[in-house]
Formats: sequence, C-alpha cells, structure tokens
Amino acid sequence: MTITSSNPEILSELDRPNSYIGKSVPRPNLERLMQGRGLYVSDMELPRMGHVVFLRSPHAHARIAGIDVAATKGVPGVIAVVTGKELAAVITPWVGVLSHLKGLKSAPQHAIAIDRVCWQGEAVAAIVATSRAVAEDAAEIVRVDYEELEAVTDMRTALDPATPVIHPALGDNLAFERNLDAGEVDAAFASSDAVVEADFIFGRHTGVTLEPRSVVADWNAAEARLTIYQGTQAPHMVQNIAALHLGLEESQVRVVCKDVGGSFGIKVHIYADEMATYALSKLLRRPIKFVADRVESFNTDIHARDHRCRGRIGVKRDGIITAFEIDDLTGIGPYSMYPRTSAIEANQVVNLVGGPYVTRNYRARARVVFQNKNVMCQYRAVGHPIACSVTEGLVDLAAAKIGMDPVEIRRRNLIADDAYPCASPSGLRFELLSHHAAMNKLMAMMDYDALRAEQATLRNKGIYRGIGIASFIEVTNPSAAFYGVGGAKISSQDGVAIRLDAQGSVICQTSITEQGQGSESLTAQIVGSVLGVSMERVRVILGDTDNTPYGGGTWASRGAGIGGEAALQAAKILRKNILDVAAAILQSSPNELDISGNAIVNAGDGVLRMELRELARIVYFRPDTLPPGIQPELMATRHFVPREYPFAFTNGVQASWLEVDTDTGFVKLLRHWVVEDCGTLINPQLVDEQIRGGVVQGLGAALFEKCVYDERGQLTNANMADYLVPMSGEMPDIDVGHVVSPTSETELGAKGAGEAGTAGAAAAVANAANDALGPFGAVITEIPLTPQIILKALGRI
Amino acid sequence: MTAPMPISLEVNGERVDAQVLPRLNLADFLREQLQLTGTHVGCEHGVCGACTVRVNGEIVRSCLMLAVQTHGAFVQTIEGLSDSGEVADLQAAFRERNALQCGFCTPGMLMAAQDLLKQQAAPDREQIREHLSGNYCRCTGYQAIIDAIETTARVRGRGTA
Repeated sequence: MTITSSNPEILSELDRPNSYIGKSVPRPNLERLMQGRGLYVSDMELPRMGHVVFLRSPHAHARIAGIDVAATKGVPGVIAVVTGKELAAVITPWVGVLSHLKGLKSAPQHAIAIDRVCWQGEAVAAIVATSRAVAEDAAEIVRVDYEELEAVTDMRTALDPATPVIHPALGDNLAFERNLDAGEVDAAFASSDAVVEADFIFGRHTGVTLEPRSVVADWNAAEARLTIYQGTQAPHMVQNIAALHLGLEESQVRVVCKDVGGSFGIKVHIYADEMATYALSKLLRRPIKFVADRVESFNTDIHARDHRCRGRIGVKRDGIITAFEIDDLTGIGPYSMYPRTSAIEANQVVNLVGGPYVTRNYRARARVVFQNKNVMCQYRAVGHPIACSVTEGLVDLAAAKIGMDPVEIRRRNLIADDAYPCASPSGLRFELLSHHAAMNKLMAMMDYDALRAEQATLRNKGIYRGIGIASFIEVTNPSAAFYGVGGAKISSQDGVAIRLDAQGSVICQTSITEQGQGSESLTAQIVGSVLGVSMERVRVILGDTDNTPYGGGTWASRGAGIGGEAALQAAKILRKNILDVAAAILQSSPNELDISGNAIVNAGDGVLRMELRELARIVYFRPDTLPPGIQPELMATRHFVPREYPFAFTNGVQASWLEVDTDTGFVKLLRHWVVEDCGTLINPQLVDEQIRGGVVQGLGAALFEKCVYDERGQLTNANMADYLVPMSGEMPDIDVGHVVSPTSETELGAKGAGEAGTAGAAAAVANAANDALGPFGAVITEIPLTPQIILKALGRI
Repeated sequence: MTAPMPISLEVNGERVDAQVLPRLNLADFLREQLQLTGTHVGCEHGVCGACTVRVNGEIVRSCLMLAVQTHGAFVQTIEGLSDSGEVADLQAAFRERNALQCGFCTPGMLMAAQDLLKQQAAPDREQIREHLSGNYCRCTGYQAIIDAIETTARVRGRGTA
C-alpha cells in the first residue's frame, strides 16, 4: 500500500460540508440519453462501412458438409461472403480455460465454425453487404449442407458412457469438477435431530439487454490500426484479446465504448461473432458493423444458471444448523466461454453455499458438463442466486421440519456481528459483515409480526399469502484472485488521471466504464468532494483505451470500490499540488489553505483567497510570475487494487410478500424489501436503484425467465413474446434499507452493490411461495415458479 | 414490390420527401435515412416499446409500421418532443429520480408516459404501471420511472389548478 502511505494527509475531505459523498445528486449527462442524443454502437455509421449478417446453424450439432456461396456472386450490395476456414487466415482460435480452475478443459473455438457446429445459432458464414437488409437477403441464398449429429442436451446424462462426447479429444463431457469437504460433515449429520434434502432446479435464462450486442470494427490498413467501437464492460480486456488473436500489438488496437444499452455481464465476454467482426474488418480493409437481432441475442448472448443442485441440511431441535451438503450439476454449452471461462459460476456456488451461517461443516461437489446448447457464462450475480436459493431454501425446510419461525432459525445461525474478521468453511475471508443488524432493520421495515398476523387472518378467508426471507453474502471488489492469478489478462486494478484545466475545471479519465450504474457520477462526486470543486465542473472521460489509464472496467461490483478509491487517491494528490501552488502565489503555507466552492480559501475562516480559475490562468499562461523553483503539476494519476482481501464481501437480507392464487397458480408479488450493507454509500439513490434493478432481474428468474430447449437442442422461445421478462405491471414496489460497514482496506470504504438485488430475490420469492402453500403441504424447489409448477405441486394438474 | 416508393410526410415539424422500399419499417427509416437515432430498436416485433414514436398524435411501435404507411402523416420522435420542450418536465423528473440507467428504453418510456399524461391528468400508480406495461426496462425495476411520472402528473395538476 505504498500509494496510500505516500499520501500526505489523513482523509478529511469526504466529510467536509460541501462533500458530495453520501448525497443523492443526479447523474451527469442524463439529458443526452433522455433527449435521444446518446451514441450507442447501434447508432454508429462510418464511411464505407459494411454490415455483417451471420448465417447461423439451424442444428444443435452437425457436420458442415459444404457451403455454396455461388448464388451470392454479383448480387448488388454484397461485399463478401466469408466462411470460417477463410476467416481463420486472419484470426486464431481460442480455448476458454484458466489455470487456477484446476482441471478445467475446453476445446478450441473458432470465430466462425469450421467443419462442425456445436449449438443452434453458431455462425457458419459471414455475409457482408452495404446494408443489413441486403446481407440478410443474401444469407438466404447461401446453401449449407449439414449432416446432423446426435445432440447432447440433458446435463443429467451428459456424463453417461452411452452419451456421445462432444469434443472427442477431451475424452468426456466433463469440463470441470470441484470437491470440497470441510469440518466433520458425516458426524454432524449423524448428530442432527433432523436432516432435510431437496433437489433445486433452476431455469436457464439470459440477460436480454435492451440494446443487443453491437460492434463496429474499423481496420485502417494505412495506419495498421484497428479501432473497435463496442458496448463492453471491459475495454482493455477486449483490446488484449483482439490483438492476441489478430496478431497485433495492443498498441495497434483501440477500444472505444460509448453509451451501452444494458449489460449485466452479457457484454463482459468475448463472443465469436464479435471476434469475426474484428477479423472481417482486417480482411476486407473497411469498417464492419455487427448488431445482433433479437433472435440472435437469445441464441448467442451467454445464458446462465442452468443448474440442478441436490442440497442437504442438518439441524438440531434448538434450531442450530449442523451441516450443509450440496451436489451441483450445470451444463454450459459446447465451449467454456472466453476468456473468463464457464466454470466460475459453479465455483461460486461451491464458495457461497452456507456463507451467512456459522456452521463449519460443509461438503460440496460441483460438476460442469458440456452440451449442444448455447454457451453459459457469468451473468449478474454469478452463482449467487443458485447458492442463495439452495441455502435459504434448505434453511426454510429445516425450520419447517422442527417447527421454528424462519426468522428465528436464521437469528440462531447467522454469523454474529462482532465475530469478524472470520472465514467461511470454503475459505472465504470476511472482513466485516452485519447479518444481524440487517435482519433487525428488515424486521422493522416490513413490520414482520403484523404481516404474520395479516397472513393468518387472510388464510381463514381462503387467501394464501406468504413471507419469504433470504439472507445472502455478495462478492465485490475482486482482486487479482478472480482472473489474474489464472493467467487471464483481465486487470483487477483501475486507474484515474485528473487534471485542472486552464479555466479551473477538472478533467478526469478513469478506466472503469459506464453502463448506467453511475460510474461517471460517483467519480465526479468523489473528485469534486476532495478537490472542493462543484460537480458541474468535473468532466469524466471513460471507455477509451487510448484516453484512459489501464484498468479492469465495470463488472463484479468493482467500479465504486476500486475505481472510486483510485479517483479519491488521485484527487488527493492533485489537491496537494494545487495547494502548494496556491501557497506559493499567496505567500502562505499549504496548511493554512483549503479548496472550497471552486476557490482557494483560508483553512481557518473560509475567507476567499483566489478562484481556481485564476490559479489556473497564472499556472498555464503566466508561470513567469511564480516564485523561482516552483514547477506546478496540475495533473495527478493513481491506481488502486485491493491487496489485503481477495474480495470485499458484503451482506444483506431480502423479504418477499406475495399471494398465490391456488386455482390458477399465478403468483402476485405484493411487496419486496431489501436491507444491504455495501459500506460507504457514495450516492444512496444510485445504490438503491442498483438494488431495485437487481431485485427485478432476480424476480424475472423467480417467476418468468427460462430458455426453453427441446430434446434436439432447439431453443423454442427465442423472442421477447415467448421468453417472458418482468414488465412494469407485474413488479412490486421495493423498499431498500442500509447498514453501513465500510471496508477498512480503502479510505473510501465502499464495497459493491450491483449484484446484491439479484443474489437474493429469487430465494425470497421461492420461500414466500412455499410459505403461502404451507397449508397444502406443497414444497416447490424449482424456478421459474410458473403456474404449471405451482398447480402441479398443489396436485391440481 | 421491390422498387422504392415516394413518400411525403412531416417529421418533427419538418417536411420530408423520401424514396423508401416498401418493406422498410418506420423505425429503420427514422434511424437510417433520417438519422433520428433517438428511436431505438430492441425486440423488432412490437414487444419492448423502445421504438415508440407518435404518428398523427397516437403512439405506435415504429418497428411494426412500414415507412410507406406514414405517407401524409405527422411523425414525432423523442428528438422532436425534446426540442419543443413538450416533455421537459418529465425529463427533469426522470433526472431527479434517476429513472433511467442505460437510457436505451428511455425515449420510448417518455413517449408512453407523455401519452398517458395527455389522456389522464392524475393516474394512480397502478394505472401508470398498466400504461407502461408494453415498455421493457432491464435496468431500473420500473419503480423510479413510476415515481417520476407520478411526480410529473402531480406537478402538472398543480400548474393548471
């Protein structure tokens, strides 16, 4: 932590009267988006730009016997038709493995399939034309001969000897397996008064960003430089990967990320069709644009959460949980995704199950298998919803078994608020969590006892309402432990450069990115607070590898905690530099001066001494008037990465209040509460909105969202009419409360908040549905909770 | 039916004469020929509401309407409503309440919200949710949007009282 110790002062800037920290100020630059003046990649046009359409396999698994493009020759507007083999001349294949996930294996994946397709939707040829419409027309006259192969679709039989091996060179369909055995699990179960088991089933679902994945790649042969305009969360990662596989130096690749129409982890990966677009630009020496249409999005955006998990819990009569055990199985499609891999979600499930609780006895197995379906990978709250639903589902089943209130059993088992620092059985280190304080706050917010009374009264009238509780932990602020140690060139550090311009305004370049979370706002709030400059005078530049420091970007709830700390440290250095210059000009000492309201003031009485605008004028235009030996440095750069803790864990608890119509099986969400602890709140409104948006994504998983595949590996609902997402009519109001336990690893004290909502929402809903159905003895451990599933559980169908 | 057809219409108060293919939908016409990129394309089949515009005063999904059908029509997009100031108060309420994150749904949301407020001066939350139920937002969870529209209705109500 040399950077921190080199800083001359203990932080006081954040607590100053005009601080923006902790204030719900509006985000900068919203007007642009509201007036239709944003610039999303799908809006971009460049001179001589070609549009690419990918011809995609209609089969889940097939050999490509031949591709006949003759009919496209001479069609007006068609620029080129390129097969996988032809494209392989300019781009190399990749394998999505990381060394810290021991045993993880995958097969080489090409930008466009060569010889064989492994899922319905894999690209087999690229058609480039002067417009998307012309390219689509031409795609219809390309003939592909397929020899259909048997598709591996059911993860439960993927490892059976009779099942074909998708990649024969790998030997079997097992991509990854992890086993964990902590404490004395068998003895703990043997000593339990009750042991409960259940199979938890999760529907495969996807991100459905409103703007589909989009990229414009512009290879300028004269400059030997590729500019990639892409809606991505991690520009430097894209730069590294594109350069690596196109045979370029990273300095030959610039990645620019303008406005992004939703991301949620969907746009943090490297997709084959995006790689193909970069390669096509290089091959054809002109800008190429790819915008996925909605059907393509469903067939190629990563899916997530296709898990079946057997869980087991032991409990004593007094409610003490003795042990957890899980056996998780997940099917990830035919390839481990690049470069973050598709083993992370199962790995997270193993890490996180039982996480909020005291018991040391925990056994887990997770197996990750290949299938001929679309690829699965990290999506908002990676693994958390699975771990939380299994853990909290088991805790409720145990409570029911011993006749204890669900809140009471949690209170008897949650890690005590004064027990930190401590570690979980899976080795996660917790610096400071607040499960009990969060639960107490939740109880007060929802008036739990009154709600229980209301529930009882309504039951007598034949109205079945339920309360569901879900405690959770969340991984945030990841260090190099996430990807870097496994060999991925995905930076875990972020950098911020700040300078005072010639009119006393501030320009701030940061390596974190913005997809609407408020990265720009939190950066401006921190910088403005430390420098004593109003937010309107802080301009934040992000999303451009040519014009920002090197860094990871925005994912895994890391923007505020890591990028925010870098901004804070850079601003402190600039502040000191400004005060040094001011002291020289004013013949004062830096200790006697402060910056406030865009001006140098006396530290003691706040009297105005000099506007920053005037200071900048002197520094930039009349340095000759400065005392000898003074060389002002009105730009400062700092980087930050967590070193002490691999992850900054946060915690929280959610509650759902809903009604089940036992005749139709429909669930009506009535209210939802969240209490979470992300440490320092930089902008409470933005945190609340991250939580609400995250909750609704979890509610979608709980009630509606599922990619429905048939036994041949055909995705049968690849459109927004058949794949249901949460719309305004079905969503409840969500109350959000906070407990604040700052991390002491940073001065800022902020942890992440982007995934807490999604982590626990489905678990709370499932527990509430089971609570509502309690009188019928029905127990459901499958989501989405469709009317069909509920009516089946009730024995009505 | 593959030859371009001439159309003449008014877009955001300006007369537009254009040659369009019969198959061209209004969203693509606005975005690609007129560079009015504030109208967004999300689902391309009338479910998500991102492409909502006004044709002759009524909101429509511009992905479900052909450009040739707008011959002789008055079309208004988010750019027009913003420049005229018609939705300035709604936009201010969205800003204060952080009723947008990525902003991709926002032009369509504003179109739908303004449509509701023109029909109904004081809608309750359920009515607002119902009116927006064809506009998909993945970021916000909708509550902030409902709040912003409710606030705008209240402020407008006070203004005319």
